[in-house]
Amino acid sequence: MATVETAETAVAEEGGVRRRDFINIAAVSFAGAGAVATVIPLVNQMNPSADVLALSSIEVDISAIESGQSIKTSWRKQPIFIRNLTEKEIAEANAVQTSELRDPQTLAERTTAGKENWLITLGVCTHLGCVPLGAAQGEIKGEYGGYFCPCHGSHYDTAARIRKGPAPKNLEVPEHEFLSDTVVKIG
Amino acid sequence: MSFPWAKEYTPTTEFGQWMDKQLPLPRFVYNSVGAGYPAPRNLNYMWNFGSLAGLFLVVQIVTGIILAMHYAANSGIAFDSVEHIMRDVNSGWMIRYAHANGASFFFIAIYLHIGRGLFYGSYKAPREMLWLLGVVIYLLAMATAFMGYVLPWGQMSFWGAKVITGLFEAIPLVGKPIQELLLGGFAPDNAALNRFFSLHYLLPFVIVGVVIMHIWALHIPGSNNPTGVDVKGPQDTVPFHPYYTAKDGWTIGLALIFFTALMFFLPNALGHADNYIPANPLSTPAHIVPEWYFWPWYAILRAFTFDFLFIPAKLLGVLAMFSAILVWFFLPWLDKSPVRSGKFRPKFKIFFGILVIDVLILGYCGGAPAEEPFVMISQLAAAYYFAHFLIILPLLSSLEKPEPLPNSITESVTGKPLKTAS
Amino acid sequence: MVRIIGILIGLFFSGWLLVSFGMGAKEYITNPPAETAEHEFHREAKDISFTSDGPLGKFDRQQLQRGFQVFKEVCSACHSLRHVAFRNLEEIGYNEDEVKAIAANWAIQTPDIDPATGEMSSRPPLPADKFPKPFANNVAAGAANNNAIPPDLSLITKAREGGAPYVYSLLTGYMDPPANLPDANQPGPGLHYNPYFANLNLAMAPPLAADDMVSYSDETKATIEQMAEDVSAFLIWTAEPKLEARHQTGWAVLAFLLIATILAYLSYRTIWADVKAEKKKKTADA
Repeated sequence: MATVETAETAVAEEGGVRRRDFINIAAVSFAGAGAVATVIPLVNQMNPSADVLALSSIEVDISAIESGQSIKTSWRKQPIFIRNLTEKEIAEANAVQTSELRDPQTLAERTTAGKENWLITLGVCTHLGCVPLGAAQGEIKGEYGGYFCPCHGSHYDTAARIRKGPAPKNLEVPEHEFLSDTVVKIG
Repeated sequence: MSFPWAKEYTPTTEFGQWMDKQLPLPRFVYNSVGAGYPAPRNLNYMWNFGSLAGLFLVVQIVTGIILAMHYAANSGIAFDSVEHIMRDVNSGWMIRYAHANGASFFFIAIYLHIGRGLFYGSYKAPREMLWLLGVVIYLLAMATAFMGYVLPWGQMSFWGAKVITGLFEAIPLVGKPIQELLLGGFAPDNAALNRFFSLHYLLPFVIVGVVIMHIWALHIPGSNNPTGVDVKGPQDTVPFHPYYTAKDGWTIGLALIFFTALMFFLPNALGHADNYIPANPLSTPAHIVPEWYFWPWYAILRAFTFDFLFIPAKLLGVLAMFSAILVWFFLPWLDKSPVRSGKFRPKFKIFFGILVIDVLILGYCGGAPAEEPFVMISQLAAAYYFAHFLIILPLLSSLEKPEPLPNSITESVTGKPLKTAS
Repeated sequence: MVRIIGILIGLFFSGWLLVSFGMGAKEYITNPPAETAEHEFHREAKDISFTSDGPLGKFDRQQLQRGFQVFKEVCSACHSLRHVAFRNLEEIGYNEDEVKAIAANWAIQTPDIDPATGEMSSRPPLPADKFPKPFANNVAAGAANNNAIPPDLSLITKAREGGAPYVYSLLTGYMDPPANLPDANQPGPGLHYNPYFANLNLAMAPPLAADDMVSYSDETKATIEQMAEDVSAFLIWTAEPKLEARHQTGWAVLAFLLIATILAYLSYRTIWADVKAEKKKKTADA
């Protein structure tokens, strides 16, 4: 890279290019371009490999999750919370004014139309990536009845929106679609 | 650096002067491969293989570090992790084939570089240390290449590891314990694979260290040249940059053409089919051979078929194989001929030609199955190999009458006696 | 001193090698090694070419699909393909839904753990899964096959001298043992004579025994030779799935390097022009 630059400045200084200088500059530029082109695959190899990308969607059977229950599963080596919200929890979530929220979103925006009781989120706190509590039975659900991250005290509500604590965003909702009433495809 | 007429490094910018005072790295580069290093003007293309060996060392280190990001040094999954690199990792196949074939090109460059040194007497005074360091680099490269070949954990990997560590078993009394120490077990397994991986990652950096010393030692007396005559003055030299950087530069392009042609179109031509079969401790391949660059030594190892008094043939073979390389350490003191370049040694020239053919024959026999007539041929060839270095060269230095040498490099280039030198 | 010791060591090594040569040669003359039956009857692989051969080679996807069909209907009963995943079939021209269907209907199930009980269980493979193995492990494979373990086929065309032509030759090379075959080399019970196999007799019964064992959907006549050729082509792909990318990248890299090297050579010539001119001039003067 540096050699290419020096070659260019040499051109600028002389104003004109003699044939022999031109050949030297061309040769050095080609070597530089070749080196840069070589770096591309050498860096690209660090991107997710084909087998990792192949696992990027999963299908989950949700028939066994009762209202008020939730399960943890894993997608792309990250925890996923699938929660079957109760009527009460849905009402609580809808009662909140979105203008008061740090990351304004309604429950409807975070769920599929007609399936508002199925809240599917990544189980990764948006603060520093810990797994919040509240998905498994008996775990603390935090002050707002949703999830609570014990690392730095972030409280999420029943729509998994950030309400209190250091986290900047709501728990992320991964792309998902319902293949049937009992099977959801995530990713 | 030892030439009084070498151009002094003079930084022109203020930053350059500041840098030169704090850390004279630009000065160092300038004096080692820049315009501040006067090199003989008559170097031929045989002098290009040092930089090419350096190029392929860099290729090996860069691709190797990348492969280590995906490889798993565990005997249970090592083979599969290599296939994972070949199939799933982005451009993984390219990087692995570059590494596998890069090793061969590193050895091609090294062998031509060594051959150059042998013919033009580059090992002679005042360059003995330069030569010794070169032999050390070669030994380290052999160890690194051997351990690297074990890592894919195919059949040849496993049986290569078993056979080579089996050589140490030939040592009287302590042989068996040494072999077990090297392997961390009774046969190659996870312990051996892990330590080989660790050392395979470490040794290239040791090689880089010795290469730096090798180049340092080169800059004390300066480069040898095809006449073997010492540089007498500025008219005998040209600045390394741009003359030899340009010459090295275009041959690097040429070498890369051969290298990429092989790695993209015949990537497995120098490998062995058996290494695509996962290691199986219960079944030996029909025909175990090391990689081609070890074949001459492998032929010497197998050439000893009869015990000598109380020394078993196996131990003799091992001793001979190591001696065949270690003899190079003594070469500057075995060949006492005051004339460096083989160009002016009519008899040496003939023997050198025989040696080249001899080593090629040894290589061929080393790669062939251990059957007749290859064993008999390799016995004759190995006999000449030892005779050449240990008998012919020492005697030749006293018996041979060299041809008259040119008075200077310039005279040899222009054919004109050096009288206008100032 | 070094030279004297050197000469002594040299005399020892070279001398003993010459003595060994003499003893070996005497043995060779008085008692020449007998020609083995393997040497005499073994045949080199047949001369057959594939579209993927050579630096311009490309896969014939239609042929790979036929080869996959042969693998699926014939080979996969005993041979695993453990480095290849169902999703890879998209590379030979199947679409996502077809791959899903192939995986879901595969005759062998993928071992898994029942999420409810934690017991070992099995399920139909998914596209992301590798091809499941027909036998749980080598012991099971040996027990079911007369102690001969069917090798994994994913790398077979790279793992055998002779490559795909060898695979083709082996599949089409079964024959009755020649009349002059020594008794020691006669196929024993459960073995089959095949001159392309290294030790002449192998445990695998002729897998492609008759024409039309599979029925191709593309109207190709499924002769034994055709099926052997197709499955060999398929196994080239399983061993080297990146072959086409390798050839294409190779040509691009070579073209670039050729131009760069010519430029570098011209640059070298211009830089050395004055030194060479000086040499010419001085030579002319002299």
